[in-house]
Amino acid sequence: MPEQALAGLKVIEFGNLVSAPYCGKLLADLGAEVIKVERPGLGDDARRREPYAGDEPGLERSGLFAYLNTNKLGVTLDVETVKGRDLFLELAARADVLVENNPPRRMKDLGLTYEALEKINQALIMTSITPFGQNGPHSDYKAYELNVYQGGGFGFISTTTIQEPVPTPIKAGGRQTQFAGGAAGAVASLTALFARDHLGEGQHVDISLQEVMAGQYEAVIEHWTFTQNEMGGVTIPIMMPIMPLPASDGWVFLMCVEDREFDAFVKVMGDPEWAKDELFSDRFKRAEYVDGLAVMLMEWSRQYTMEEIFQMAQAAGVPVGPAYTAEDVVRSPHLASRGYFVTIDHPVIGPAVYPGAPYTFSKTPWRIVRRAPLLGEHNLMIYHERLGYSRADIIRFVQAGVI
Amino acid sequence: MSKMALEGITIADFGWVWAAPHLGRLLADMGARVIKIESRKRMDHTRGLPPFPDRNPAAGPSSSGYHGWLNRNKLGVTLDLTQARGVELAKEIIKISDAMMENYSTGVMEKFGLGYEEVKKAKPDIIYVSLSPMGSNGPFSYLKMYGRPQVYMSGLAHITGHPDRPPHSTNISWGDPMAANHGALAMLAALRYRQRTGEGQFVELSQWENLIGLVPEAIMDYTLNGRIRSRQGNRHEFMAPHNAYRCQGELAWVTIAVASDREWNALCEVMGRPAWTEEARFKDTHSRWVNQEELDQLLEEWTLGYTPEEVTRLLQARGVAAFPTLSNRALVEDEHLKARGFFETWDHPEAGTRTYDGILWKMNKTPGRIQRRAPLIGEHNHYVFGELLGMPRTEIDRLIKEQVIY
Repeated sequence: MPEQALAGLKVIEFGNLVSAPYCGKLLADLGAEVIKVERPGLGDDARRREPYAGDEPGLERSGLFAYLNTNKLGVTLDVETVKGRDLFLELAARADVLVENNPPRRMKDLGLTYEALEKINQALIMTSITPFGQNGPHSDYKAYELNVYQGGGFGFISTTTIQEPVPTPIKAGGRQTQFAGGAAGAVASLTALFARDHLGEGQHVDISLQEVMAGQYEAVIEHWTFTQNEMGGVTIPIMMPIMPLPASDGWVFLMCVEDREFDAFVKVMGDPEWAKDELFSDRFKRAEYVDGLAVMLMEWSRQYTMEEIFQMAQAAGVPVGPAYTAEDVVRSPHLASRGYFVTIDHPVIGPAVYPGAPYTFSKTPWRIVRRAPLLGEHNLMIYHERLGYSRADIIRFVQAGVI
Repeated sequence: MSKMALEGITIADFGWVWAAPHLGRLLADMGARVIKIESRKRMDHTRGLPPFPDRNPAAGPSSSGYHGWLNRNKLGVTLDLTQARGVELAKEIIKISDAMMENYSTGVMEKFGLGYEEVKKAKPDIIYVSLSPMGSNGPFSYLKMYGRPQVYMSGLAHITGHPDRPPHSTNISWGDPMAANHGALAMLAALRYRQRTGEGQFVELSQWENLIGLVPEAIMDYTLNGRIRSRQGNRHEFMAPHNAYRCQGELAWVTIAVASDREWNALCEVMGRPAWTEEARFKDTHSRWVNQEELDQLLEEWTLGYTPEEVTRLLQARGVAAFPTLSNRALVEDEHLKARGFFETWDHPEAGTRTYDGILWKMNKTPGRIQRRAPLIGEHNHYVFGELLGMPRTEIDRLIKEQVIY
């Protein structure tokens, strides 16, 4: 089998839920050896999140956990015990990268700060992914996905509307902030590996989810600093049409950035008289008169199905996309022809279809070598074979609640 | 000053608009030498996108805050890639590069003669990262696609928004910055492989696919249980309260999320409603979840008496997750972000002195930094073609006049 891009890279993941585990998954799927450290008995909280296979809750039945932890080795460890902490340090001493998403205060309480770990392994790269980062007045604030999503500016912009009432700000479905933080953590960890080449030592990478979000929303900061422009509430849009349209059986999204795209869409609609009005003659004017524009477009779009509008618009080169459900996505012939989805077998979940690779490499494949670990599945392999503890030692660790 | 993390790596950036330029920005901020290649014949679209200083698009083609945001720390050259000589020069830039990326529509780079197979002949060990909307093969590969309709197609919009409103596109092209991150990861991973083996390779990323992997809850609820999830507003699978609540002031909200009885008890105490902790309707996590609409109303009656910042301070002091729904302005004025040095201010001949979001990750030994503002069109033509490629000045000037370097 061809070698993978990150073969030989050793990673310890001391993470929970999504951000650090997604970072670990990205690295593991490209060939890094990722040892995931979980709490004895309970494990990662993602084990207690939907969807469960067959709607039956159970530590080994979460689809979210199974997706986020492919290709990892799983050990349990109570870092609050003396021996548990020792074992953690032994693992960290052999790693290139430690990725974690614990509250900064917890890592301090555990004595697992970068300053402490650096003494054990100077080459270690420690990547910490937290809601607000390692320092600053809010670093110890508690925050869940909802709080960080809206604290990064994305909630406010979700309220943008052309007329009253202004909707309650929302967060996007799922856990987008944490996925973004996990991806940033993976890029930053590899960046630190290049730095290690000339520095000769590792370092601490501090990722704030709030900053990742604020820095990756379409120039949100600059809209304020250049023009004092707020992007929520009742707003006159910049250009139009960029809007959802109702179809007879659902919704499509129409995005005409350039005038020629709108001109083509007018032809799709059969060249209606209203579209010749001076008020709709360019993208900026259409934004000014968007109320009227929206009425006319919706009157037309309601007559057709999502698929009909999608086909007609795309045939004319107009960017339109239908609001696909998970079912539409899983059944997409395009994705099937590209082999996007992967089927992974699992002793409890059974064979199931998972989202696949975000990218394909011509030489070093993205690959699923192993399914997500059962809780503590690789304890013997890591503690006995790697760290050299005897089976008797390991029995004592288990009985004392260390692992 | 210490050497930067990615110093010594050169990247040829054929990106335009968002995804690939964002990839270049992430790595340029960490010290990679990124050469942005564009043409006056078809300038990067972001040069025409707001915000412009004082809302004036006539301030110049380099005055856009959008462009300045994505292209700082890069060198800028111009080349007409529809001319053979322009393509030859692009290959000369590729020859001094370790990696390159592009995000044109499928087939455009091949049409220029800059597809992977061609480029590989000039530079066998290049890492070539191609970001495309739907991927280069399959029936949808030729769709005309932008970011927000793509969010619609990813399944994300269908589970985003209020139940009684249309699927919400998130109001941004979420696939673009995520493709930038995934693409940067792929590029660096391929560079590690090249360090070991000397071999380059081709990486393809479909922005659509890169989004689908971010909604595994919905995808796997379907593949495991046959369930089609839809919009739930801010509802969580078990937390309640879990919503954004109106506060004192215009367009002012605070988000509050409660996961445990301990957090709930603290919230009730802060609200001066200790009795609620004993009431059957709110007594435990499940009761609160079942009665969350009533709970939301009662909570909002309380939050309306305070600003989002006041609610946040009161609740965080007691270990309850609360945070303001920050507007553009509130983000820029956020004391925490300022204290962490998140913002950077620099001068630009067309945009003036402005504040931008700065370095996205803090590295304690090799911090990223802003070394230069975004380039004017063709600003580094003489430096790149002259100093880096060793072409005589007279030839560069001739090619500028002939509109090859254009």
